[in-house]
Amino acid sequence: MNRSRLFRVLCFGLFVCTLAAPAFAQTTVRIGAVMTLEGAFTLLGQEAVRAMEMAFEEANYSAGGKRIEWLKESSDGRPDIAVGKARKLIEQDKVDILIGPMSGGEGLAIKEYARSVPEKTFINGFSAAQETTLVNPSPNFFRFNTDGAQWQAGLGNYVYDAKGYRTAAVVAGDYSFGYTQVLGFMTEFCAKGGKVKEKIWVPMGTKDFSSAIARIPDNVDAVYVMFGGADSVNFLTQYYQTGRKTPIIGGSNVTEQTVLSTKGPFQQHIIGVPSAHMVADGIEDAAYKDYVAKYKKRFPDGLAAPSAPFYGYYVATKAALTALGAVGGDLGGNQEKFRQALAKLKLDTPTGPVSLDENRQAIANIFVTEVAQRPDGTLYTKVVKVMQGVNQTLGQPRDAFVARGVPSRDNPSCP
Amino acid sequence: MKLFILASLNGITVAALYFIVAIGFTLIFGLMRVINLAHGSLYILGAYVGHDVATATGSWYLGLAAGGASVALAGILIQSTLLDRIQGQEMRQSLVAIGLSIVIADLLLARYGGLTYQFYPPELISGSLRLPIIGGYPVFRLVVVAAAVLVGIGLWLIVHRTRFGIIIRAGVDDRSMLAALGVNVPLVSVLVFGLGAGLAGLAGVVGASALSVSPGEDARYLLSSLVVVIVGGMGSLAGTAIGALLIGLAEQIGLAYFPTYSVIVSFVIMAMVLALRPQGLMGKRR
Amino acid sequence: MPDRRKRRLAAAVNWVLFGAAVAVYPFLVPQFWVVNIGAYAVVLGTITLSLTFLAAYGGMVSLAQMSIAGISGYILAVLSPHAATMGGTPPWTLALATALIGGTLGGLLIGLAAVRTQGISLLMITLAIGMIFFYLTQQNTTIFHGFDGFRGVQAPVIFGVSMRQPIVFYFLCILSGVGLYASVCYLVRTPFGLALQGIRDNPRRLMALGFWAGLHQVAAFGVAGFIAAVGGVLSLWYNGGISPGSIGVTAMVNILIIAVIGGLGHPKGAFIGALLFVLVQNFAIDLVSRERFNTLIGLTFLVIVLVSPDGLIGLWGRIRRKTGA
Repeated sequence: MNRSRLFRVLCFGLFVCTLAAPAFAQTTVRIGAVMTLEGAFTLLGQEAVRAMEMAFEEANYSAGGKRIEWLKESSDGRPDIAVGKARKLIEQDKVDILIGPMSGGEGLAIKEYARSVPEKTFINGFSAAQETTLVNPSPNFFRFNTDGAQWQAGLGNYVYDAKGYRTAAVVAGDYSFGYTQVLGFMTEFCAKGGKVKEKIWVPMGTKDFSSAIARIPDNVDAVYVMFGGADSVNFLTQYYQTGRKTPIIGGSNVTEQTVLSTKGPFQQHIIGVPSAHMVADGIEDAAYKDYVAKYKKRFPDGLAAPSAPFYGYYVATKAALTALGAVGGDLGGNQEKFRQALAKLKLDTPTGPVSLDENRQAIANIFVTEVAQRPDGTLYTKVVKVMQGVNQTLGQPRDAFVARGVPSRDNPSCP
Repeated sequence: MKLFILASLNGITVAALYFIVAIGFTLIFGLMRVINLAHGSLYILGAYVGHDVATATGSWYLGLAAGGASVALAGILIQSTLLDRIQGQEMRQSLVAIGLSIVIADLLLARYGGLTYQFYPPELISGSLRLPIIGGYPVFRLVVVAAAVLVGIGLWLIVHRTRFGIIIRAGVDDRSMLAALGVNVPLVSVLVFGLGAGLAGLAGVVGASALSVSPGEDARYLLSSLVVVIVGGMGSLAGTAIGALLIGLAEQIGLAYFPTYSVIVSFVIMAMVLALRPQGLMGKRR
Repeated sequence: MPDRRKRRLAAAVNWVLFGAAVAVYPFLVPQFWVVNIGAYAVVLGTITLSLTFLAAYGGMVSLAQMSIAGISGYILAVLSPHAATMGGTPPWTLALATALIGGTLGGLLIGLAAVRTQGISLLMITLAIGMIFFYLTQQNTTIFHGFDGFRGVQAPVIFGVSMRQPIVFYFLCILSGVGLYASVCYLVRTPFGLALQGIRDNPRRLMALGFWAGLHQVAAFGVAGFIAAVGGVLSLWYNGGISPGSIGVTAMVNILIIAVIGGLGHPKGAFIGALLFVLVQNFAIDLVSRERFNTLIGLTFLVIVLVSPDGLIGLWGRIRRKTGA
């Protein structure tokens, strides 16, 4: 058999393989998911898988009279890869709804991809970049979790009033999510009259923070710290190793369960650190306690408590299932009815009610917390204040908020 | 002034860590001309295994020993089963190392998950020390410097004062002559690879105690080892020390004074050394 | 001689059949296979072709080819309409020309830096240059938009048809891929190409004959730079954006992996390796456990490197010889 004939046979074979994909059944709804199951964000991706599993099991893998088929794809955190996997799910595996992605940069990329596929619906997983829904939103991209700036609502005021901090230094990761969280904190802190004397931006990929720590001025009341997952652990360890006593204010990721579950010497020093997030381990509501109990029972080798990424993907899945139920599983007419149902949804989640604004961005409760220790030694975030119904513009008029510009290294500033 | 002293001290201490990590890499290259691109994965393998043993026995020292020993064993296995068969083909060996690193890193991810792990070094070497001018400084970082000096001196003694060391140095100069003299060169290669790998494993435990270990660390440490070894000169002990110092200081002083582009500095140094003196600062021209 | 003419005829028939298969492929398979497998394999193959050209005919293995693709990609992204553009952008022809020239210039500059080194040193200096460019794009927010890069980049619209429309984009990639492949095959038979191969094999002898070795090598980097620049443009249009992650260490090493899998000895290897890579990347997750696909990719790579040092092409050649085809 000569080469070119072999080549044509191979081509034909590939074509046959593609036809072998299971036929699209009218009684099934296909939900695809993109999460980070590789690289530095693997732990978050694993939480996302658990979250969707729990949500689907609660609904018995059905909604609106249809069966749910769940397909997963992994990304390593890079936007190009995330979009590639989303494309595979939408174009090859023919999913109806896509849930994801995990990180901010991926979210921005998926939103742009969503714009090119108007007949499908995209629900955000956990990505929390502000711009995804604030600037040029896509009509078929829905985000049922609050963004990075929203997550800090109430923290600036709390540390100014309750802790009495008047001056602060900021040490954060030098990327858009860092800028966003710092914006969320500084908007309130500066408005109250607080001063941020120094902003130290640390490039992504740094593992030795000692010289960044060296730059922190001695005479500030507190240090606001914002790094992702493993970087937070590294930073806190090195910070406490220097013996510095200046108290820390934590960005959302710093006191998140993925960090608190890490066993290490830094744990004893982190107790009492204030922070804020869309979830907190110490919420007293029965609904939340129920949710935590279910997590612990279903995933004995999971974390000590469900994390924020777990919550994000859980709520996103719940939203999809609820909306499907509301329209009786009807995804016809380019999913118009389904999207309208999603937009109008008022979801009851373990942390409180979630609704969407005109850009399909979530309005939800935010929790100001402090790290505390349980009798069994595990760490958790204790709720000190609940901010009800925080919206994307943090309670300010939209035009004024947008006019302040996108968060960056120098914006906002109050030295 | 205080910032400069602090940044310099940070540079020296991080250089000590880089030295310990890179020394195994340069040893393997020096004798066998193999760019062991699986070095990063061996590093985290040592850290994870060391962590398991340290948690199980409660002894950090046992964890340290286990980290080094387990990876030395892995190195012996890799050299004897895989790399020995393609002896002499540098590019191919480097590529095999890349493939190995992908597989090892993924299997470790499967076993240990995405969590970050830290060590509890004994009280003796933890905590902070009050130094003049700069105030508190982590004791463990100073301990790493001491460890680097010990490892450096130890290796120098092995290479320059023992029979094994003479064989290694002879092999670096003329491998075939060494074989002609009746030395079992494959066995020596296996032992050297094991030693280099073991050092990587030790470095893993030390590095994880100073910082932490999590997925993705392997790529970071492989890159820093590459930079340090290229700058210092592949196969040269003193070169690795100088390279580590140069890179460590550049990194930390850069982070202190011009953080935005400080990350580029080490690669600029690497590129300049390669362009002007390709064998490295202390390397021998081949 | 009749034997030679028979072989030439057979080769021509092969090419016609290949052309026909490639031409009808997009109309027979689902859209995902047209763009995400077919076109994307050609895009990756084009970038890899620049590496294979340098390695096979110049004896130079460079890790910076992805970075050159990144240079042209970023230039074009800055000059194209994208999600956050305010104000106008230059006409796409001008933007495209600038991007390609920029990439070629980048290639020439890298060649100048690398020409004094060889072997592993060359590999390392190109790695260093690639990392410098990567960190530059990650840290600079004013020009390169930092960590998040550019999103929502639009491919040009010609005669009312977007270049990113699936079938159009597929043929665009195929045509540029085939064109560049043919150009490379032609170039290596010109005096320049022969001199380059001579320099690869025995630089001293060529220099004794009066050839300026350094100049040839720098020019080769320039040619490879142009090829990578085309790949970078296509990659930008394919992804609809670019970010530092597109040109980081993983992406750079992937190009080397693709080149080796296909076979570093012949330009065909670039595209064959790219096709296999794209298939494994997309379908490994369906074949093995959802989480362990990286192990599969690593093992595939290991097996190919151990079993066949000249990649799939070498393997194919050996099978053909064994079966007497």
